[in-house]
Amino acid sequence: MHGRPEYTTQELMIVAAAREIADGEVVFVGMRLPIMAFGVARLTHAPNAVGLFECGIVRHRPADGMLYTMGDPPNQVGAAWLTGTVQLMGMLQGGRVDIGFIGGAEIDRFGNINSSYIGDFAAPTVKLPGSGGAADIAAMSGRVLAIMNHENHRLVPKVSYVTSVGYLGGAAERAACGLRRGGPAAVITDRAILRPHGPDRELHLASWHPGESAESVSANTGWSLRRLPNAHETPPPGAAELEALHRIDRDGFWRR
Amino acid sequence: MRDKLVDLKDAIAELVRDGDSVVLGACLEPMIPFAATHELIRQGKRDLAMIAPISDASTDMLIGGGCVAKVIGAWVGNVSGGLGHNYRRAAEKRVPRSIAIEDYSNFALGMALTAGAYGMPFAPLRSLLGSDILKSNPRFKVTQNPLVDQPDPVVLVPPLKPDVAVLAVQRADRLGNSHFWGNTGLAQEAALAAERVIVIADEIVETPVILSDPNRILFPAFRVAAVAHVSAGVHPSPMVGAWRRDNDFFADYHARSRDREGFLAWLAEWVLDLPDHAAYRAKLGAGLERLRISGAAPAAAVNYAAD
Repeated sequence: MHGRPEYTTQELMIVAAAREIADGEVVFVGMRLPIMAFGVARLTHAPNAVGLFECGIVRHRPADGMLYTMGDPPNQVGAAWLTGTVQLMGMLQGGRVDIGFIGGAEIDRFGNINSSYIGDFAAPTVKLPGSGGAADIAAMSGRVLAIMNHENHRLVPKVSYVTSVGYLGGAAERAACGLRRGGPAAVITDRAILRPHGPDRELHLASWHPGESAESVSANTGWSLRRLPNAHETPPPGAAELEALHRIDRDGFWRR
Repeated sequence: MRDKLVDLKDAIAELVRDGDSVVLGACLEPMIPFAATHELIRQGKRDLAMIAPISDASTDMLIGGGCVAKVIGAWVGNVSGGLGHNYRRAAEKRVPRSIAIEDYSNFALGMALTAGAYGMPFAPLRSLLGSDILKSNPRFKVTQNPLVDQPDPVVLVPPLKPDVAVLAVQRADRLGNSHFWGNTGLAQEAALAAERVIVIADEIVETPVILSDPNRILFPAFRVAAVAHVSAGVHPSPMVGAWRRDNDFFADYHARSRDREGFLAWLAEWVLDLPDHAAYRAKLGAGLERLRISGAAPAAAVNYAAD
């Protein structure tokens, strides 16, 4: 190690997600990684980003204290607004939210996400917890960032159930069903970052994380993954980004 | 106004009937009255339709306890652990019984309760277009916005009017006036839409305390059927200014509920073998005291003077 900071894959994912947030943007923050990503963005390049939490919390500065869930007391003290879910989701519907974070069990090559049922919904092989607010965030945010674990059985050609709408069978289908904006802008996994490309907005390989390669990422993707012309290695977290992250997550709970 | 202070046991016995639709805890992760969850299971309530805007592991416990016939829900699981093992067993293997599932998103559930609260025939949404939630929940309809000429599909969500809402608050008086602070989730919509509201108050105070700050009242006392005083009734979920989240408790529940036998042992230990919430608190012992928030971050006083 010669001046290159050490980091975990989780930390790389958090920092990569933080980099997607531009200064001044209004962000619908999800649980776990996105909470940390919002905090890192605020403390580094996006000091004026605003965080919305679907339980009814708006924050300017990141919470000071460990959060297991978005509704924990440290996320409430010092909030910029404590309100209801309908108020914040209503503003999402009104077009006031730039970015939304979501996750799920399965994602397909057009960025559709399943967090409801594996198999037939009338007789599922696995019953997943369901949408929560993800279907709303996917439908109505200015753009969507998905966070996933990168495995063959999670990145599939076609999800068995679309909980959170991506580009359906291609971008024209998203528009045709009546959605006015949005769609996935990036999928951040533990191996790579995928981005939509071309008229159909199919997910392409944009960058692979250090230690991975275009080939290793493809081998763990359930469809024939095409790569962007300028695909490259994901830049590792910088010292300032890691320092910000360690300030927010002092015990490392979300970075293991 | 009448005195509504009753034992939780009596409130659940008298106000929740088999087959009722129930929303229990509507703030998503915090402020979930698990004391009422346990009492519903202890009293053997059956065929409930749980309206579930997350409510953390409460819905999963009720399903495992055999109380639930239907989930009208956006999310059922365990926020700390992920999947809800009882929800999975019921949906996949009909253990302990089969359940019907009506899929919602959080916004759809919130707007359905809004429609229920305000007597609207439906709520129009621009969410869920393109989602398979429209296929697995046939109660939603997509229609053309009748007010414009260009194509504009809108999702119509039917109103939801729960038979019972069980909601936690920091403090209440004996008449049903209550103060709530922190994020509100869907608690206000749930209270205004429900036929009967049961308030679980962490503390009982005199009426002037509540009426000194009427903006902090989330729903009016005339909509409240009963008030139960249960300290730490939200454990293991948090309550702003009172209780931290007991994350280890959620994680332990998640691990032990992985198989049916483990869940039944957990249920016996923490619910069925305990007569009431006082016994539950005593069993938690010093662990509960460690969760008590002792710091002070008071809001500035506001002036309601009329002249």
